[in-house]
Amino acid sequence: MPRPLADQVRAIAAQYPESRSAVMPALRIAQERHGGWLPPEAFEEVGEALELTPAYCKGVATFYDMFHLAPVGRRLVEVCTNICCGLRGAQEVLSAFERALGVQPGETTPDGEFTLRAVECIGGCGWPTVVAIDDRHRLNVTAGDVPQIVQELRHE
Amino acid sequence: MSDVIVLAGADERDLTQLGEYRALGGYAQLERVRGMAPADVIGELNAANLRGRGGAFFATGRKMQFIPGAEQNPNPHYVCVNADESEPGTFKDREIMNRVPHRLIEGSLIAAHAIDSQHVFIYIRGEYLDAFETLRAALDEARKAELFDGVTIVLHRGAGAYICGEESGLLESLEGHRGQARSRPPYPAISGLYASPTLINNVETIATIPKVLELGGAEYAKIGAPPDSTGTRLFCVSGNVVRGGNYELPMGITIREVIYDLAGGIPDGRALKAVIPGGSSMPILTAGQIDVPLEHDALRALDTFLGAAAVIVVDDRACMVQLGLRVAQFYMHESCGKCTPCREGTRWMVQLLEAIEAGEATHSQLDLLLDVCDRILGKCLCPLGDAAAMPVASYVVKFRDEFRAHIDQGGCPFGGESSLDGLFAPVDQHTHHPVVEEGVPA
Ligand SMILES: Cc1cc2nc3c(=O)[nH]c(=O)nc-3n(C[C@H](O)[C@H](O)[C@H](O)COP(=O)(O)O)c2cc1C
Ligand code: SF4
Ligand code: FES
Repeated sequence: MPRPLADQVRAIAAQYPESRSAVMPALRIAQERHGGWLPPEAFEEVGEALELTPAYCKGVATFYDMFHLAPVGRRLVEVCTNICCGLRGAQEVLSAFERALGVQPGETTPDGEFTLRAVECIGGCGWPTVVAIDDRHRLNVTAGDVPQIVQELRHE
Repeated sequence: MSDVIVLAGADERDLTQLGEYRALGGYAQLERVRGMAPADVIGELNAANLRGRGGAFFATGRKMQFIPGAEQNPNPHYVCVNADESEPGTFKDREIMNRVPHRLIEGSLIAAHAIDSQHVFIYIRGEYLDAFETLRAALDEARKAELFDGVTIVLHRGAGAYICGEESGLLESLEGHRGQARSRPPYPAISGLYASPTLINNVETIATIPKVLELGGAEYAKIGAPPDSTGTRLFCVSGNVVRGGNYELPMGITIREVIYDLAGGIPDGRALKAVIPGGSSMPILTAGQIDVPLEHDALRALDTFLGAAAVIVVDDRACMVQLGLRVAQFYMHESCGKCTPCREGTRWMVQLLEAIEAGEATHSQLDLLLDVCDRILGKCLCPLGDAAAMPVASYVVKFRDEFRAHIDQGGCPFGGESSLDGLFAPVDQHTHHPVVEEGVPA
């Protein structure tokens, strides 16, 4: 039996003077438990653990880019298109992923394997283009690397 | 004396390991400082003239002096380390956390002692998963070695919002709210986290503190470009250079030296067009201005700032209207929406820049763009609005002919050949999923 979410959340909340501070860690845990996104029941679970309303929890989640309110694919591919990467070919990298996966930024492949997103600067600007795959950063990615990366990810 | 301060020893040793850091004298300053009066610790930081590395360049010792004593405010005092690093062009705090996490922890504990605090929070941006894990491991090691002496350090992960790097947005987020900025006063030193006295400092600022104490404030103050720009910075070099990356150097080095001596110059035989000296929110400099030393006063004289020391190099392939558009799209996306000039102004900037880029604007709309920037500047609840308006206005002023050419030619003079052509922005992204039935994934 995995540890109940409420127990895990309360243990985290105990680190803070006010338990409300644990809402972001709690949402993150709930998101992991629900396969990478936050369905309506996740807000009820988090709300119950922290004595907050589900609507409050959802209101917090919608503010932050890393909480997903719709299902995401098994692998999350995020391409930075801010200026430092942009000056060095980020758009070509994004287009290469669009071609390799057959989806537009913001979309998930029909088989549920991949979600492709464009993201704002993720803090690796000196090593463009930066691509985050399930939050792990790949640096110096070029459009030519993309087919190989997609191959790898399909089989991992 | 070596000029490397914050990253000292990291090339030779694996300083993520406590034993290695201690072998270099790590945590010795913490031990020494715990025997000192807090006021004397702050005195050293003032003697060093250590200024904040998060962008605003505020004197660190003075900020600590604003924190009331326990007799004036009996609430707990808090230290918040700002590891949200989200300004486009910056990636130095990431390197500090990845390579010298114990120096950050030691600095945090010294800062806690200086303001008589038992509680440290480190707010790290959610996207830095590797740095989070490295820092968490270092914290575990330091805790087991009983270096905390009753102080708690909580590592708190953000979840993707630039505004949470702004100190009041950070506090809101840490309290479990949407990360919207707070109006000030009161300032965090008086009423910050949980309405209690709070010191907020950037990762690099905090990680500099142990070395300042080791060298002594007066010695530290000789490094760099005294009297104001003392010490080193981790310059984040990106854009059109051969070797991007972080370079720790004394303040006062010129942009030309950074680009050509350290970063290997401009690749592909292209020509330098412009440089942003401090991160995407800072006014731009032209290729003719790169002999300016990277220090506060010299950059102020050119109407720009060192900011977070992010040097973004732009070559002659880039269209300045597209650059302005992409920068404006970022700030529009990140506006917390609390105040009107920023929320509406950034949207308006984007619309005008889109029209100019498409060749559908008139000359009066170019003037309107500057007017919109002017109506944002200094009129917002927090500096994010300025962060959008300042750079874009500077692109128009410095590259006005290029903006005008878009209008006169009815389109982009680069004709699709700009390096930034068609760059997609997340603000235009909508989430689609093939089949969603009653919230169940396909
Ligand atoms: C929109 C905005 C974003 C900011 N982002 C950061 C950031 O990511 N990291 C940071 O240290 N400071 C950031 N700052 C500056 C902080 O508000 C604050 O001044 C700083 O953390 C203070 O630390 P320092 O005195 O050590 O520089 C930001 C400011 C603004 C207005
Ligand atoms: S300036 Fe922008 S980010 Fe700051 S409070 Fe106003 S709307 Fe929010
Ligand atoms: S601009 Fe791409 S990581 Fe910063």
